[in-house]
Amino acid sequence: MATIVGAATALSASKSFNSRKLHLRSRRSLSVSERKGSFLVVRSDGSVVHKAHRAQKLIANAVATKADSSAASTASKPGHELLLFEALREGLEEEMDRDPTVCVMGEDVGHYGGSYKVTKGLATKYGDLRVLDTPIAENSFTGMGIGAAMTGLRPIVEGMNMGFLLLAFNQISNNCGMLHYTSGGQFKIPIVIRGPGGVGRQLGAEHSQRLESYFQSIPGIQMVACSTPYNAKGLMKAAIRSENPVILFEHVLLYNLKERIPDEEYVCSLEEAEMVRPGEHVTILTYSRMRYHVMQAAKTLVNKGYDPEVIDIRSLKPFDLHTIGNSVKKTHRVLIVEECMRTGGIGASLTAAITENFNDYLDAPIICLSSQDVPTPYAGTLEEWTVVQPAQIVTAVEQLCQ
Amino acid sequence: MALCMRKSPKLINHLKYRMGLFDMITPSSWNSTSSHHQEFLVTAPIAHNLGNPDADLSVKATLFSACRFKSTKPEKQLNSLNDADDNKVLDFPGGKVRFSPKMTFISESPEERTQCYRVLDDNGQLILGSNLVQVGEELAVKMYTEMITLQTMDTLFYEAQRQGRISFYLTTIGEEAINIATAAALTADDHVFPQYREPGVLLWRGFTLQEFANQCFVNKADHGKGRQMPIHYGSNKHNYFTVSSTIATQLPHAVGAAYALKMDRKDACAVTYFGDGGSSEGDFHAALNFAAVLEAPVIFICRNNGWAISTPTSDQFRSDGVVVRGSAYGVRSIRVDGNDALAIYGAVHAARKMAITEHRPILIEALTYRVGHHSTSDDSTKYRPVDEIEWWKLARDPVSRFRKWIESKDWWSSEAESEFRSSVRQQLLHAIQVAEKAEKPPVADIFTDVYDVPPSNLHEQEKLLRETIRRHPRDYPSDVPA
Repeated sequence: MATIVGAATALSASKSFNSRKLHLRSRRSLSVSERKGSFLVVRSDGSVVHKAHRAQKLIANAVATKADSSAASTASKPGHELLLFEALREGLEEEMDRDPTVCVMGEDVGHYGGSYKVTKGLATKYGDLRVLDTPIAENSFTGMGIGAAMTGLRPIVEGMNMGFLLLAFNQISNNCGMLHYTSGGQFKIPIVIRGPGGVGRQLGAEHSQRLESYFQSIPGIQMVACSTPYNAKGLMKAAIRSENPVILFEHVLLYNLKERIPDEEYVCSLEEAEMVRPGEHVTILTYSRMRYHVMQAAKTLVNKGYDPEVIDIRSLKPFDLHTIGNSVKKTHRVLIVEECMRTGGIGASLTAAITENFNDYLDAPIICLSSQDVPTPYAGTLEEWTVVQPAQIVTAVEQLCQ
Repeated sequence: MALCMRKSPKLINHLKYRMGLFDMITPSSWNSTSSHHQEFLVTAPIAHNLGNPDADLSVKATLFSACRFKSTKPEKQLNSLNDADDNKVLDFPGGKVRFSPKMTFISESPEERTQCYRVLDDNGQLILGSNLVQVGEELAVKMYTEMITLQTMDTLFYEAQRQGRISFYLTTIGEEAINIATAAALTADDHVFPQYREPGVLLWRGFTLQEFANQCFVNKADHGKGRQMPIHYGSNKHNYFTVSSTIATQLPHAVGAAYALKMDRKDACAVTYFGDGGSSEGDFHAALNFAAVLEAPVIFICRNNGWAISTPTSDQFRSDGVVVRGSAYGVRSIRVDGNDALAIYGAVHAARKMAITEHRPILIEALTYRVGHHSTSDDSTKYRPVDEIEWWKLARDPVSRFRKWIESKDWWSSEAESEFRSSVRQQLLHAIQVAEKAEKPPVADIFTDVYDVPPSNLHEQEKLLRETIRRHPRDYPSDVPA
């Protein structure tokens, strides 16, 4: 099921990057711990500048930095800037260095470096066996990963696109989630299943699947969605270290996001949500790419005098009801913005969970903005309108706050 | 691309030198039969010794043109590459192939079916001229007694299900030789990924009768903590991975385990079992393909017992059984008489050595017959004749065949037989009694092991459940400890 169209679209943006950074790759990957002395800044035009160390405060960007573990991210160390896919790779590499049982398997992850370059350079460094190119049989290489995990390895299975993992559903549901339980705890499955999903730029219906809602019911697995380079690296590391099977959802359009992340090692919590923007009037819950649409809408809302609290829920299974609950108790209004389909989506599940637990604190019914129950159309304009846009978010908040 | 043949002797010598084939090519060889040429072309690494592709092409052209003078029609000179009788090689991704202007289809079925390896005849006598792995007295007697144990266990547990004491059971009747003999040829370090008709492997490895009973009766001592149906045994201590009901999903698991063993350079392989029906699943094909590509040390054992519940093999596949599929994926394979314990022992012994030392997968198709019903939920007389079942049960029983062999070697007797059978029966009855009376798993075990640590939502759900049980005790079984 390899898609040439999808991969090409995402790659063309980063190709110019990679060719120039190629000669620096070795330095970057070898000097993970040596970066304190100097760092490399990659500009958006692809040029690379090698900067000497100097004290710099963190560049605040539209996506606020994490509220907790702030010691790691604030200004004493300048950190280094990189793109989200590089952050994923960095996390992966650090874990592979740290633990020899960590291995990667998937289509085109080895010599090709992965269709989104997340595993680029790893096969050269760790060898063909630890970064394994598999034939095209998703159910089977996921099954292989499960067997390897039961035998003591910690595999990371990469789906070229999350939609392809529908083929792996049997193994994920019946074995990955289940075998620890049915074996009475005798066999554990510390596997990470990751890949890009979500609606991209005209990738067609089959390559624009949002699988988080299909997987959400499976007992025994955990699901997280990353949205920034910081949490991408942190969640990748946490997922690899977890003893449970974890599905890490990335988004096709977020791979080239740039952010400055700390030099020192850090791991995000798999079960925690991220407070993106504290506020008082309304709680907006979102994840993955919609976070950016929400932040864009937030700017408009702030100009109009509203004070939205934006939470990136990050953990899709289980929900971080503690953070969410505290927010609901404060604002009493909830808006959920997601990319899933309306029926049976993450938002539907979250609405039920909030209503069940915090009904007394709500001043208004929960509004859930999702994509329509249609396959994603190819035409650019149509595709834009199946995805929730900032204007809709602004309208919904205004409606909630009447 | 015609080259002048005046230079031919020098040229041919040059070619011979370049290709290191001095012995093979002589001017007279050009006159030899086409078969010789064909052999030469197929086996000689023409391109590999010559780094320069252009040189390669010119050499080929030279060869072709040299041969061309042996063939006839002048108008074919223009298509020198395609045309000469004996030099037809094309260079596609994946390697060189010879081409042919004659359109031939490979037949869908071979003229003769793949032969079946067997060393004991129906009367338990060694077949003359057989090459087999020697089995000494101790091992042979152990194999036989384990087969009887398996048979007795199957009979008693099946009856227990019929009496309503357990909910479900699945017998291995007719396949005892496959179960025990394969296990005997493996070591304790080999990872076993069973389908569900291989409890004999676990029995061989030391799982006690009491442990089997505990799993079937679903009590507190069950290693699976009461979460799976009967016969879904699993024991990490014995390297026997918990049975999962889904068909053939264990095949890719085995490949993954073999990959892990290969990475760790262990002297062990992965072994996985499946039936004729399981070979139709997508996972079978991908697992074989993967194992071949990864060069993983895994043994695929197919119990071709003729039936997938009610589907006979004629409705399952049209190939010559499962063994021929091995070569389709580049996997070395063998077909074995599944009711001949010695043949199976030998084949698995050899396969294991090959798998580990040569890093390759092996496919073994063991032909046998499923004498029992598919499970206690099945009545196979509905879809197959009773006399067929009876014949296989009596005339082709693998256990009696093996007994005849060990009796002929004076390693066993009918006294020993009756003594052992009654002893095992007593042990099993006792194990069943103990298992039946034992305490059931507690309610807490519904919620543990879903994750490594139970999350808050499961804590909550457990609390809710206990509340409900407390409020409506009559709606819940009384023998389950809260």
